[in-house]
Amino acid sequence: MTTPSRLESLDRRWLFVLMGLLVLLPLLFPLALPIYPSPPVKAFRDAIARVPDGSVILMPCDYDPSGAPEMVPMTRTALRQLFRKHCRVVMLNLWNGGSGITDQVLRETAAEFPQLEYGVDYVDLGYKAGNEAVMVLMGQGIANAFPRDYNGTDTRTLPLMQHAHDYGSFPLLVNISEGYPGTKEWVQQVQGRFHLPMVAGVTAVGAPEFYPYLQTGQLQGLLGGMAGAAEYEKLQREVGTATRGMDAQSMAHYFVAFCILAGNALQWTRRRGAVS
Amino acid sequence: MKREVPLFITAVIGLFMILSFFVPHHFVSVPADFLQACAIVLVACGYVLGGANVLKVNVVGVIRQHPGWPYQALLAVSLIATLVIGLLEGPGFLDPGMRSRWLYDRVYMPMSATMFALLAFFIASAAFRAFRIRTLEAGLLAAAALIVMIGRVPLTNALMQWAPEWMRLQNVQEWVMDVPQNASKRAILIGAALGVMATGLRVILGIERSYLSGED
Repeated sequence: MTTPSRLESLDRRWLFVLMGLLVLLPLLFPLALPIYPSPPVKAFRDAIARVPDGSVILMPCDYDPSGAPEMVPMTRTALRQLFRKHCRVVMLNLWNGGSGITDQVLRETAAEFPQLEYGVDYVDLGYKAGNEAVMVLMGQGIANAFPRDYNGTDTRTLPLMQHAHDYGSFPLLVNISEGYPGTKEWVQQVQGRFHLPMVAGVTAVGAPEFYPYLQTGQLQGLLGGMAGAAEYEKLQREVGTATRGMDAQSMAHYFVAFCILAGNALQWTRRRGAVS
Repeated sequence: MKREVPLFITAVIGLFMILSFFVPHHFVSVPADFLQACAIVLVACGYVLGGANVLKVNVVGVIRQHPGWPYQALLAVSLIATLVIGLLEGPGFLDPGMRSRWLYDRVYMPMSATMFALLAFFIASAAFRAFRIRTLEAGLLAAAALIVMIGRVPLTNALMQWAPEWMRLQNVQEWVMDVPQNASKRAILIGAALGVMATGLRVILGIERSYLSGED
């Protein structure tokens, strides 16, 4: 058996071990690689910065724990930027397994600002089944679609909800989305219909889908995956889990690129050997 | 009548919902809102139906000892346990300290994240074994993938600090995302939107009937 053939039939568990080490080691021993914010990320930060201080912001966080490494850092950084501007946040979730994690992120981030009070400065409306139907129904009244919040409290009794009647109450929609229902549906059902300015944070694998919306201005800014979250943290002068994770992601990306090139190089070598 | 009535209801409601998009008058918007609320209730009922169906399929599998029945038993037990604990705890079942919260934090979250994290390992294996550049199209795909994958990570920033601005891979990948990727994605989006419109019209006009007990 020739060396190329032997390498081609390499037990894939070796690849798993290498990938595991390349992810684990940079997490244990950070490399502090330089991060340069890209234009879509700067646009995301600037869109929030342009919102008048004290505004009420609608923040649908459509993800569940599977997307946490990418989604949670961008949610935290966006919440911090909003809270520093004294903006009040109305959060909701359209993913059936996600309201537990998004509520936790909201409360943990709000706890960093001791003056904030639930119901006055931020509200979690929790999960509602219905996908696009919920988005459209919210246009007729937020409290119509969400009569009770995540804790079961009547939303009409919450002071913040006196300032959040329908989409006209919000100067910006900040959507953090892992997939369906998510950014695409918010653009189609809400941005397009109610002309609500919007920014989005999405998974790396989903980001290419939203570049057309970014170019048309339907999305004013875009965070793509952990890289986008890390660039956003850099802009906000934070060192969060996304920044720390980018070292590991760098290694993993380089390893996958190496696997593509190595696999093809081995095949070409074997073919050339067979021809000669 | 079994077929005509559902077709008639679909056509009337479909046309009415299209009308509500263009006519904001309350004669249209109020019934349209009611229909939207009905849709949400139906989706919620769908979850109950779906859960009952999963339970039925798996319990039958366990009773008849289908291949892999222990996994089906585990699924059924987990489903019932989660449901019962949630029902017993009532409102606030996801508050800190509740058993449902423990299940969510200690079981659902790690398992969900683990399933997603496994992708990295399988992508590496697939990249080595399956991603073969045999045609020009595959070559273009590989080139774009390599540029974007390498260009988006900070290790490339560190390695290419010597390079002039226009040569930096980060800028090249931005161009790939902004121009060729954007153009092709837009074409796909427009094509898909036209397809959705055509399918919607076929359903409203009763040409597409596959949703009626699987008939064409």
